[in-house]
Amino acid sequence: MALATRTAKPPSLIGSVWRSTVGKKAVMAVTGLIMLAYLVAHMLGNLKVFFGAGEFNHYAAWIRTIGEPFLHHEWFLWLARVALSAAVVLHGVAAYQLSRRDLAARPVKYRGRGRRRASYATRTMRWGGVILGLFIVWHILDLTTLTVNPNAQEGRTYENLVASFDRWYVSAFYIAAMLALGLHIRHGFWSAAQTLGVGSPRRDRLLKALANGLAALLTCGFIAVPVGVLTGVVS
Amino acid sequence: MNLTLRIWRQRSPEDAGVMTTYEVSGISEDMSFLEMLDHLNEELILAGDEPVAFDHDCREGICGACGMVINGRAHGPERTTTCQLHMRHFSDGDTIDIEPWRAAAFPVVKDLVVDRSAFDRVIGAGGYVSVPTGSAPEAHAAPVPKPVADLAFEHAECIGCGACVAACPNGSAMLFTSAKVVHLNVLPQGAPERESRVLDMVGAMDDQGFGGCTNTGECATACPKGIPLQSIATMNREYLRATLKGAGRRR
Amino acid sequence: MSEYSHYAVGEPLVDTASPEGPIAERWDRRRFTAKLVNPANRRKLTVIVVGTGLAGGAAGATLAEQGYRVTQFCYQDSPRRAHSIAAQGGINAAKNYRNDGDSIHRLFYDTVKGGDFRARESNVHRLAQVSVEIIDQCVAQGVPFAREYGGLLDTRSFGGVQVSRTFYARGQTGQQLLLGAYQALSRQIAAGNVEMHARTEMLDLIVVDGRARGIVARDLITGRISTHFADAVVLASGGYGNVFHLSTNAKNSNATAIWRAHRRGAHFANPCFTQIHPTCVPRSGDHQSKLTLMSESLRNDGRIWVPKAKGDTRAPGDIPESERDYYLERIYPSFGNLVPRDIASRAAKNVCDEGRGVGPGGQGVYLDFADAIARMGRAAVETKYGNLFEMYERITAENPYEVPMRIYPAIHYTMGGLWVDYDLQTTVPGLFAIGEANFSDHGANRLGASALMQGLADGYFVLPSTINDYLARHPHDEVPPDHPAVVEATREVTDRLRRLLAGDGDRTPDSFHRELGDLLWDECGMARTDSGLRKALDRIPALREEFWRRIKVPGTGEELNQSLEKANRIVDYLELAELMCLDALHRTESCGGHFREESQTADGEAARDDEAFSYVAAWEFTGTGSPPVLHKEELRFEYVHPTQRSYA
Repeated sequence: MALATRTAKPPSLIGSVWRSTVGKKAVMAVTGLIMLAYLVAHMLGNLKVFFGAGEFNHYAAWIRTIGEPFLHHEWFLWLARVALSAAVVLHGVAAYQLSRRDLAARPVKYRGRGRRRASYATRTMRWGGVILGLFIVWHILDLTTLTVNPNAQEGRTYENLVASFDRWYVSAFYIAAMLALGLHIRHGFWSAAQTLGVGSPRRDRLLKALANGLAALLTCGFIAVPVGVLTGVVS
Repeated sequence: MNLTLRIWRQRSPEDAGVMTTYEVSGISEDMSFLEMLDHLNEELILAGDEPVAFDHDCREGICGACGMVINGRAHGPERTTTCQLHMRHFSDGDTIDIEPWRAAAFPVVKDLVVDRSAFDRVIGAGGYVSVPTGSAPEAHAAPVPKPVADLAFEHAECIGCGACVAACPNGSAMLFTSAKVVHLNVLPQGAPERESRVLDMVGAMDDQGFGGCTNTGECATACPKGIPLQSIATMNREYLRATLKGAGRRR
Repeated sequence: MSEYSHYAVGEPLVDTASPEGPIAERWDRRRFTAKLVNPANRRKLTVIVVGTGLAGGAAGATLAEQGYRVTQFCYQDSPRRAHSIAAQGGINAAKNYRNDGDSIHRLFYDTVKGGDFRARESNVHRLAQVSVEIIDQCVAQGVPFAREYGGLLDTRSFGGVQVSRTFYARGQTGQQLLLGAYQALSRQIAAGNVEMHARTEMLDLIVVDGRARGIVARDLITGRISTHFADAVVLASGGYGNVFHLSTNAKNSNATAIWRAHRRGAHFANPCFTQIHPTCVPRSGDHQSKLTLMSESLRNDGRIWVPKAKGDTRAPGDIPESERDYYLERIYPSFGNLVPRDIASRAAKNVCDEGRGVGPGGQGVYLDFADAIARMGRAAVETKYGNLFEMYERITAENPYEVPMRIYPAIHYTMGGLWVDYDLQTTVPGLFAIGEANFSDHGANRLGASALMQGLADGYFVLPSTINDYLARHPHDEVPPDHPAVVEATREVTDRLRRLLAGDGDRTPDSFHRELGDLLWDECGMARTDSGLRKALDRIPALREEFWRRIKVPGTGEELNQSLEKANRIVDYLELAELMCLDALHRTESCGGHFREESQTADGEAARDDEAFSYVAAWEFTGTGSPPVLHKEELRFEYVHPTQRSYA
């Protein structure tokens, strides 16, 4: 007697993840956390620059040997690159699609001057994300493919890095991007926790502290390198 | 007190609409915000003008009919509904901007009246327990621990006014939807439909043209009933759980 | 008996649907004798339900679940906003979970007695029986009732009964119950079993060949007038408290649906039985648009007083103890501040009439918590009443922990309504009335927490069982849209709207509503007198005439026009008010919420006259301004024998 009101067929996994706003946010959260984990490792490795060219270049060479002999030379690196690229693309595409949807859902702005609760970090997620996207492109061209690096010598990672950061405007851009990264992580980490549903009133303060801590740690850790170069500590 | 009001006037959904300025005088600070608008409307009618249309009904903060953005904030400066906002929170000589809820899913009907029927469709998609009249078991058959009952109540308090959507920079209905999902999903009575409820309601919410959540927290700040932001995280968890469980069942 | 000649007495009215036999078996008997509709045939039958409150929402959902096609209407933008949502206190049920001696028979007894012996025994007993199932149904829907730590439902005692049978969800029981019904209804709307018309107001009833076959409605957004047909029509449009302009009803709650049905032949029963709630926030000025109720529970610990001297304008704190009059404690030493609603209300009116009222306009009395705070400590008072104090402070900007609250009575509920038989069918075959819209089970006075019970009983259980009998016995042909009855009803509606819009007078709809409300409040409010009612009966026709002469309604009928909606409702209030006053005038006894100053005991209490007035007064409409016909339904009391109430 017409009591069944639910759809009989459950939606596919892809359907309920990628096609819904909640699922797509979860994709952003997971990919964001993958990138965050990578950044922590990347930042820690960067700090080896303060131990001199020998140790730093040795570290850079070691990365290419991870997984040997099970993996071929550089295979781990390429696997990581593929995974990270996928994360960046998924994160970016999801962000783009959700943003378009969000802007369409609120087409008219208020004229009244309201007080906003949202923090600066929260309000700059979209532009911050765009800046970080551009930064990643430049960063790869500068220090991975060496396309725009004035030194550009394969295998001499330390020297390439110093050559790049010796230009003040490069360091300035890098530092600005890292500040943007800090803001992005500050809201992004907590937001990811919300999106994945791990937040709870008890854990909220802990998650916020963790987000702030991670943001500060990564920003300071990354910025230390260009500052080191500019001040001559690293040369 | 005397006030300058700048009110959104729009004759019909197709009309472009414009902010129009009115001066009102002799406003008592004991008036509610809606009584202040009643006062303006009485003057407009006698002057041969059209009164300002706005939704309102119970005027005691529970039906959820009223709602306008006052000086850029949903329901105005106090954390309450517009009908329970009193003029003592304004000062003589103030200029007050009054606008309708703004969201693609809430098209303007006239002046400050918007169409919130999208909310009804979200509830219709799964915001219930399927229990035809007469089929209920004895009320004490399933005890509910007090903390669970209290948690359900806290979320069931939502009045469906739409302030969360109006305040959200993305026009998202996550707080509204999650309030109902959490209310029913934490109760044993809601358990049999736990997965389908959240999947169907989120699906309906997206279909209605609401935006997504970027965790800005504006919704929970504007909510006159204090539905907690946490509600959204809980719904996200329910959604992912249901998705994974559904995927497991298909395999 | 009144000598007033403005009505005629017609044939007595008999409830033919009421079953005989032992009272506890009557509901079972009726359900057994009622004809059923084959499930396969139900989807060929349509039922119109007007209103989506507790009664209407529950009925719409349940009828759709049974397989009927339901067409439902509400004037709000969503069915979830019906004014049942504002009920605070709770819902009674004879569950006897407390093992405190409660039973179906006791709830039945309390309700008949509380109604001052002006309700039908069979109906009230059925209500008590069904009350038990309501709680089961609502719990299963996920209504978050208050619970104890063991996980079982909590109850409290309410409204002067000696058992704890009131289930509640903090101060928002109505909201939670309504959302339960709304969700059940939403499920049926989504399934396509209910065709929901929100923002659509019923403006007339279509009666074809003596049977209710449809309604004329106006789409409040586009102004379009439409006709809807069905095999039966159910009115669940609530009470008529807004005839008083200021009441605790929602601003748009109105009497148009029931009044138009009355004009089409449905008798209106006991219109003068209105309930006044003693603890409301007083009005703060002429701008007041509605009144807000404060829970009656406040009287458990607050002490009510006024200054002894007239016109004492000192701040309450400056009035010494010796110059205060704790008048309820003085007049009713044994019950004190806890006397029933009607008595507390009348006492407040009396002291204010003496010029001893407090606050703006002298229309208020103090409800003082100073003693309670001294006795229990501020923290304990806060736990018990914190949310109410907060609500009060939001409205008045006064802190009740420091300054006594001011309260004043306000219209709250109407016991009168369309006359219905045991099947809830009106005198128009095929037209049913449920919830507050019917004259109901509360007699002359409703007990606290019984309105929600009755609304849900009617909607979930009673109507869905009794309407089958009518539908099974009366298979219908389609109503042709050009049937003279349809054309005539539509024309009447459009003519009236056109006439309202044509007027270019100098008074707003609200100004008429306010004037009518003030008149009724003074003459047909808490205390009524022969001369006052006659004065009102003289004034109302004049006001009606003035209304049509001076009304000004801006805008057009082809758009959202809230002034037009208001004016159109006031037209009906102006007729209903007259019937209310006439009913109050003819009932020269005092009973329940109806207090005639001429009929009181030596100590000033309501004196019932069972010899002359043990009947339901059902009024038949004969035309605007022409004398209605009174049909009496005699009340028989076989199980609860009438006694005089005493609270001194």
